[in-house]
Amino acid sequence: MLDLQGYGPRLIEGAGVTIQLALLSLILAIVLGLLTASAKMSRSWLLHKIATLYTTVIRGVPDLVLMMLLFFGGQMALNVATDALYDRFGVDWYVNLNAFAAGVLTIGFIFGAYMGETFRGAFLAVDEGQIEAGRAYGMSDWLVFRRIRFPLMMRHALPGLSNNWMVLLKTTALVSVIGLSDMVRVAAEASRATHEPFVFLIPVALIYLAIASVSEWIFARLQKRYNVGFGGH
Amino acid sequence: MELMTWFTELLEGNLIFTPQTLSYYWDGLVTTTQLVFLSLLAGLVLAVPLAIGRSSRHRWISLPIYAYTYVFRGTPLLIQLYIIYYGVVFVDGIQESIFWPLLREAFYPALIAFTLNTAAYTTEIFRGAIKATARGEIEAARAYGMSQSLMMRRIILPSAFRRALPAYGNEVIFMLHASAIASVVTLMDLTGAARFVYARFYAPFEAFLFVAAIYLCLTFAILYFFRFLEKRLLAHLKPA
Amino acid sequence: MKKLFTISILGAALVAGTAQARDYDHVRFGVDVPYEPMEYRTPDGELTGFDIDLGNALCEEIGITCEWIVQEWDGIIPGLMSRNYDAIMSSMTINDERRQTVLFSDPYFTPPSAWFAPADSELEDATEASLDGKTIGVQRGTLQDNYATDMFGSVASVSRYSTADDMVLDMQAGRLDIVFLDYPVGKSTLLDSESRDYKVVGEMITEPKEYFGDGFGIAFRQRDEALAERFNEALATLQDDGTYDEIYERYFGDDE
Repeated sequence: MLDLQGYGPRLIEGAGVTIQLALLSLILAIVLGLLTASAKMSRSWLLHKIATLYTTVIRGVPDLVLMMLLFFGGQMALNVATDALYDRFGVDWYVNLNAFAAGVLTIGFIFGAYMGETFRGAFLAVDEGQIEAGRAYGMSDWLVFRRIRFPLMMRHALPGLSNNWMVLLKTTALVSVIGLSDMVRVAAEASRATHEPFVFLIPVALIYLAIASVSEWIFARLQKRYNVGFGGH
Repeated sequence: MELMTWFTELLEGNLIFTPQTLSYYWDGLVTTTQLVFLSLLAGLVLAVPLAIGRSSRHRWISLPIYAYTYVFRGTPLLIQLYIIYYGVVFVDGIQESIFWPLLREAFYPALIAFTLNTAAYTTEIFRGAIKATARGEIEAARAYGMSQSLMMRRIILPSAFRRALPAYGNEVIFMLHASAIASVVTLMDLTGAARFVYARFYAPFEAFLFVAAIYLCLTFAILYFFRFLEKRLLAHLKPA
Repeated sequence: MKKLFTISILGAALVAGTAQARDYDHVRFGVDVPYEPMEYRTPDGELTGFDIDLGNALCEEIGITCEWIVQEWDGIIPGLMSRNYDAIMSSMTINDERRQTVLFSDPYFTPPSAWFAPADSELEDATEASLDGKTIGVQRGTLQDNYATDMFGSVASVSRYSTADDMVLDMQAGRLDIVFLDYPVGKSTLLDSESRDYKVVGEMITEPKEYFGDGFGIAFRQRDEALAERFNEALATLQDDGTYDEIYERYFGDDE
């Protein structure tokens, strides 16, 4: 029997942190990705440039460095701003950038850039004829987006989305380095304290594999759904 | 000499970017480059036979390789690094063995972890490329009476390498970025240098923006190198 | 930045009468664990240690509640600045470099630093000659890190760790020749450990002051002078009425 030497509950808590962190970052990344894709396809020169700068810089710098910059530097920037507020107006207002929030923000921000590329490619792959057909039916812009553009886009975006999600999931491990008690950190702490690295690290590795396998299954189902009406038998 | 004076003057009055901290960044650059280059090289050497094995029709060859790539691609590199760095210590007799002087340094456990990781990704990249070999090419080779191994060497692998190039370029960049975690096991790579400067001077922007700029330059260098390579190799493939 | 600063000063002058530090009835302490016996966690996650017990006793004396927030050492001062917590009580040595950023309480504990090596090590003292080519372990961003880096960084290789635990593990694994730590921490994690024998190398070190400062203090934001004063008074009370000694005994009881 696996003897977790009293660290069991904290490991489970840590797994919860990992999953929450991954899901919240995913949502943020999708939102940022859609915005970036729209900015890149917009006619505005400025929006296009900003979006390009964002995706280029993010994809050129290691996640860990960005995370530390945002976590440590972001705190300091907020601090300067709120201190000025306090000194000038006596407003004691402040924002707590805890490790979890910093983790969600950074990971979401990083993967927003990757999602942006995925969505852009997918939007471009949508057959314009279908959109025109929708318009011809008198659908509103929003209805066209919801009923036609989005489902068609998703079909093209899903493989990239699934790939980004798998990378994102593994990236969450890095938050352990900036001090968030995700399952990797708990496992590393426990290994050091008990001198039994395998007992803690291997189960955590297996949890990652399990989450990855479940996600694969879910994405396969989704792909099937969005493929309805294309190819098949 | 004049350059030196200019340099000293530039640094004067700057508390953070002193010659000492800059030398940390420089050493960090050397460590990062060594780590990434060596692990990619070793990973590549491992990946070619593994990819061939992975494409084999014999399940007893392809299945274990698949298990290896699945595990290494499905778990965070950080965990792999921890397992190897802390794990090697607990292998019986390792501290008396001839490998200990190497494994004792943080560099080699990190190198092993990075190599195994990139080999897993590269194996899958090559396997995809091998699988995508045009049927016609294989049939033509068969018609010439080529043996399986000759066909692999002369026909399949060369064209697979070319097809794999863009994906492999991404893998190289990925490894560069992934190597940032080496600082977690005390290695003074680029990120390690930045963390040192940050902790000593409480200067997150200076420490991390500077290192981010270095990584950005390295990324672009790799990107352009692969673009150049693709142009050359794919130009050769283009019909006249 | 300069402009912002000027504006802030102007602003501060304008509102000088109204701007005042908050009255705390609840104080959040930032703490870096594990750093046994000063602060560490039991396997079920509960925080304990000299700092924790003393901090709780101080809060009780003042009549406020307190809570502990775990923060990795290299981000502990920025965390205070951004009000993730209101004070740091985490074996932080008072020195001039930090005084520029934070406000310290009176020192509540003054440990020396010491070098630790395996008992069978040939190292007898820590000098430039003896440490030549050796690997020194320190915790990143500590005063021991600064001292070792500046004194021996050119002859020895300095390995920096996020927590003292990582370092101790690597010492046990044989990756480090020698580590440089607060003496009480080295004593509890190395000298008192069962797995292997360790020794103190050379003298205990408390000088020069520019590195080793004036003992451990509680760090506050500069503006929280009133709060620091309340803690100083409470500390004096606890030192007089024997509570301090009682807590000291709990963690350093078998010390000479």
